[in-house]
Amino acid sequence: MKMNRLVVPLVLALAATLATTGCKKGVSKVTPLPGQRAIVGDNNGGGNTLPGGGIVPPDSNSGGSGINTKPGGGETAGLNEFDGMIKDPAALAAYTIHFAFDSSVVKKGEHSNLAAVASALAGNATDKLLIEGNCDERGTEEYNRALGERRALAAREALAKLGVSPDRIRTISYGKDKPADPGHDEAAWAKNRRDDFILLHPKPGM
Amino acid sequence: MKKKLLLAIGLLALNFSHAQEIDIQREGAFAQKPVPVALSGFTGEGAEVLKFDLYVQGFSFVPPELAQYLIAGSDAGAVSGTLTDKFAKRTLLSKVYNGASLRRQAHAFADEIVQTIRNTKPIGQTKIAYKSQGASGAGEIFVADFDGHGAQAVTTDGAIVAKPAWVPGQRAIFYTSYARGNPDIFYHSLSSGQRRVVAGYSGLNTSAAVSPDGSKIAMVLSKAGSPNIWVSSADGSNLKRITTGLEDSSPCWSPDGEWICFATKHNERRRLAKIPAGGGTVQYLSTVGAPNPTEPDWSPDGKWIAFTSQMGDFNICVMPADGSAPPTALVGGQNPSWAPNSRTLALNRAMGYRQVLSVLDVFTKQYKDCARATGSNSQPAWAK
Repeated sequence: MKMNRLVVPLVLALAATLATTGCKKGVSKVTPLPGQRAIVGDNNGGGNTLPGGGIVPPDSNSGGSGINTKPGGGETAGLNEFDGMIKDPAALAAYTIHFAFDSSVVKKGEHSNLAAVASALAGNATDKLLIEGNCDERGTEEYNRALGERRALAAREALAKLGVSPDRIRTISYGKDKPADPGHDEAAWAKNRRDDFILLHPKPGM
Repeated sequence: MKKKLLLAIGLLALNFSHAQEIDIQREGAFAQKPVPVALSGFTGEGAEVLKFDLYVQGFSFVPPELAQYLIAGSDAGAVSGTLTDKFAKRTLLSKVYNGASLRRQAHAFADEIVQTIRNTKPIGQTKIAYKSQGASGAGEIFVADFDGHGAQAVTTDGAIVAKPAWVPGQRAIFYTSYARGNPDIFYHSLSSGQRRVVAGYSGLNTSAAVSPDGSKIAMVLSKAGSPNIWVSSADGSNLKRITTGLEDSSPCWSPDGEWICFATKHNERRRLAKIPAGGGTVQYLSTVGAPNPTEPDWSPDGKWIAFTSQMGDFNICVMPADGSAPPTALVGGQNPSWAPNSRTLALNRAMGYRQVLSVLDVFTKQYKDCARATGSNSQPAWAK
């Protein structure tokens, strides 16, 4: 019944339209002629949708890596200061810290590891530190990328309290993209919820 | 003449009654019956394309006697076909296609069928961008037809990549790449191949989302000491921090460009929230029954927000953007991205320990996996 109420005014409106435009013309608007040809795009697959054609590889003329950082490139001085430093992943590998599920709170039990990292940095004023934050696989990808960063930043803050200048510390999050253990159980997850500490030595000649 | 006119009105009345029925159903719950169609005469790739395109837009395939619409034609050499309203006994479409590929012709025919019956925006010839990852964690950004066919690598860095996002109406995307040793946000023109870093600050630069008019991006940066939502012009200039929460992620835009919806934490609970795109007061959205919401995506018609809820497993949920009803969990999966038609979602779902891309019709919960690809494929972004 409700439908009829909706349809009747439509039919009346259409009847009025048909009466003024002539019935033949009106009907043909609704029913396309048989055999009408429609050309869809050109032979290159182009057309009105995005993107139809081939994809050009990154331009090798715009720098060694094909990346043009000039216009709008928001490179901060902070990152440049770490440019070219030599990564020494072995030096602090014993001091990796681990986190509870979905937490970026540095556990009290990790204090001795952080103290060891702080002590290594205090021992050589030209070294710097890269903190790599990681997650287990239980979390959405971009959520985990932010969680890994929060874990790295939490360690940075803890190290600052131990006297390490935050200017000497760079953070990076790998989210769940770089597990230490490829397993899919709690034992693996516990290993993967971590901050790795990478000592950075000055590049030769600096 | 008069008799003919009356007949025409009668047929139109029948036709409109079907259209009206569909409109009423669309406002209801996410348990609509698919529209039954009978497909005949298509035997090869054309049949495969038509079935995929129609299935993921809420059509089902039945014998002619049970069908509401009849789709007859051929895909021998080229696609041709007719669409008939069985009840009205009227031919609604009669088409012959040439040029491009057979797949493209079949997608074009599917588009015309869906537009004729439903009048929604066509999706058959649209593209998705996504992340494809190998066992090492490194991967590349790819672009493919929305059904996964014709995939092409956009990047060749062999680095970790994440979260591609289209510039509306342009052959250009933003994405995150670790190619320079840090997660940076790149703008990449697909027509010229030129790319540039638009956010390469110390710490995290990720999750770029482009405003509906293409002039701005929202993103997650940690340069101020915690991951928060920032907005800048599309070239990275005019950068402004708009949130200060401790656990913000996954920004997306409302289709009117007024709001940014994102995932955050409030009173020790994970929440979705929205904030004016220029900054302002955070409003928390209710997602009762769908815990740990992340990855919101706002439908192009403004009516819906799709997101991922983590309740043990990951589930794709959809709720009215105005909060008038609680969310509904539809299927297992992550990373929902709306199609231009505001009814189909691209997503990724677990198959063993890797992810496969799928396409879901929200209103019938019908879904199909995209063409098989190696590696783990996730974070689809539907070109609009």
